[in-house]
Amino acid sequence: MTEDLDKLYKDMAQCIIEGESEVAIELAKKSIEIGLHPLDTITKGFVVGVNYIGDQFGAGEAFLPELVMAGEAMKAAVAVLEPELLKLGEAREMMGKVVLATVEGDIHEIGKTLVGTMLSASGFEVTDLGVDQPADKIIGKALEIDAQIIGMSALLTTTMVRQREVIEELDKEGLRPRIKVMVGGAPITRDWATKIKADGYSEDAVGAVKLAKELVGKADQ
Amino acid sequence: MQPKLLLLDDVLIERILDEAYQLLLKPGVKVNNEEARDLLGSAGAQIDTETNVVKIPEQIVRKALESAPREFYLYDYDGNPTVKYGGDAVHFDPGSSGIAMLNPETLEHETTETQHLLKLIKVAEQLSQYDAQSTAVVCHDVPQTIQDSYRLYLALLFSKKPIVTGAFTNKTVSEMIDMLAILAGGHEESKNKPRAIFDVCPAPPLIWSNFASGNLIALARAGIPAEIVSVPLSGAAAPVTMLGTVTQHTAECLAGITIHQLAKAGSPIVWGGAACIFDMKKGATPMGSVETAMLDCSYAQVAKSLNMPTHAYLGSSDSKLVDTQAGLESGVTAMIGALSGINMISGSGMLDFLSCHSAEKLVIDAEGIAMAKRMLEGVKLHTETLATGFYDDKINFKGGDFLKQKITMKLFREEQHLPSNVIDRDSMRDWKKAGSLDTFSRAKVMVNDLLASYTRPELDSAKVEQLHTFMLDLAKKAGVEQLPQLEDFQIA
Repeated sequence: MTEDLDKLYKDMAQCIIEGESEVAIELAKKSIEIGLHPLDTITKGFVVGVNYIGDQFGAGEAFLPELVMAGEAMKAAVAVLEPELLKLGEAREMMGKVVLATVEGDIHEIGKTLVGTMLSASGFEVTDLGVDQPADKIIGKALEIDAQIIGMSALLTTTMVRQREVIEELDKEGLRPRIKVMVGGAPITRDWATKIKADGYSEDAVGAVKLAKELVGKADQ
Repeated sequence: MQPKLLLLDDVLIERILDEAYQLLLKPGVKVNNEEARDLLGSAGAQIDTETNVVKIPEQIVRKALESAPREFYLYDYDGNPTVKYGGDAVHFDPGSSGIAMLNPETLEHETTETQHLLKLIKVAEQLSQYDAQSTAVVCHDVPQTIQDSYRLYLALLFSKKPIVTGAFTNKTVSEMIDMLAILAGGHEESKNKPRAIFDVCPAPPLIWSNFASGNLIALARAGIPAEIVSVPLSGAAAPVTMLGTVTQHTAECLAGITIHQLAKAGSPIVWGGAACIFDMKKGATPMGSVETAMLDCSYAQVAKSLNMPTHAYLGSSDSKLVDTQAGLESGVTAMIGALSGINMISGSGMLDFLSCHSAEKLVIDAEGIAMAKRMLEGVKLHTETLATGFYDDKINFKGGDFLKQKITMKLFREEQHLPSNVIDRDSMRDWKKAGSLDTFSRAKVMVNDLLASYTRPELDSAKVEQLHTFMLDLAKKAGVEQLPQLEDFQIA
């Protein structure tokens, strides 16, 4: 039985690595049928795959489509398992709530979408507002869902200044440090993040997950 | 559909062949080898015994063209056919017979020895863009009389790939044929699954030298593939016009094929060359010039009209350093060669008019070759609908939509060449973080990585010992008791 279970967990990790959402859904259903605890299924099975592909991507061995497909497969598996967790009266402990947006005047969002996928796959509850979002919309949504983190992307040097506007607005309303701000995008540097008093920045989606965990005080999870 | 570059129309090709046949009669071809003259004479050619000029009638040539194979393969150590000569197959190998190698630290062109050849073999062995090895540089640390055989000996010990090689004397070519037989397990085996091909060079204009003719005959009789490397120089050792040069090249190849097939009909032979223009300012032979590539594309078309396998010298540069000129000349000419459907394109890694090799250039050129090979694959039809099938219910009108499609993961590797770290596609900040390296510096890193990851192929130890004994014997006859010590290679 232990061996069978080991194999099942391995298959779960493998289907995430291969980005097979359908298989992930099947395995998630199977885990429920045989009475596995959904949290075990997630942490011992599927998450192992997400972590693996994240590491591979960081090392230049995996590519963007694989990273995204792994994230999608993870989301599909979790969607099956979540109702079970609710039935058990336990929710999967969320890492935190994040509002993501591309700032006003900017329509580039591939990187931000990737960050969203990876954050979801890693246990964050992500609300992705999309592109061209003004400061009040972003802050309004963060307050509405009681988010701990706002993540903003910008691709253009002409629009990255909008990130500062959101931060200044948050400060003015006295909403920090309750809401942390992470920034990203092609022109964004550590210097820029420091200059506009963001709480952190990352160069890629894998780094963004690490940063988000730090910002919610769960760096070790 | 394999994209193709054509520079000549059918009418011009016919005219080239027609005039080449005329050249074989007038002025004829100078053949400085008695046995070759005898073969041609017995077949009906007219020989001037004073000048050694042979007038070769068209019907003898046509008969030779009939018996020459249209395609054949080179095999790796394990017996797999990995290089196809014939049709529009395209392969690349590093340039051959350099006499110097660029030291990546001092930027000096060092006289080449054993260690230099080993470095090139180890790097080329791990780059999939090179379907064959070459005996890339002369090892000056062994006596001249055994240098040809010694280069092949090292390639056989340190590689499993097919080998493009050559010999500068009749004696060494027969030794090398024996060496190939040792590793193949016999002469018949070596003939049935040839591991190596030998470059044989006529001298321009219209001369088949004593040793080159002798090599053609020896190779034909052994059934080991020969590659004619005719080297007309437009404006100096050939007519100044491209069409004139290609016509002379055609006549030199036709004469070579005739000698070769008369020695042994049906033996494999390749229509190849290192045609080049003559630089009128410097008196140099610019292998990286676009005209050189155009000459090769043209003569390849002539060869293909006769269904002959093809070879050319492209992908090299005349620059002294691995710099911008090296990149553009090598990349452009490699692309032209590939689009010409030339079966074996030699020259990668080389600088300074084919005299100097560079391992760093070899890894950069591999990326140019990868681009050329990707180009050859053309625009592929993968899906039933071209685009409409990609827009399903999950489309959110977001930029990343297609990253989430299974088909993207399935097909991106087929649609896109994924370059090595030699090619920079970092963001500015990542590039700075990695040390702000230029192409040459990145290539140095990759060469060091490849040297570290190299492992000598596992070969049959009895054969290796036999090969070693054979080589040592040649060395002793040449007056040296020992061969240079080879790292990680100990013979019992």
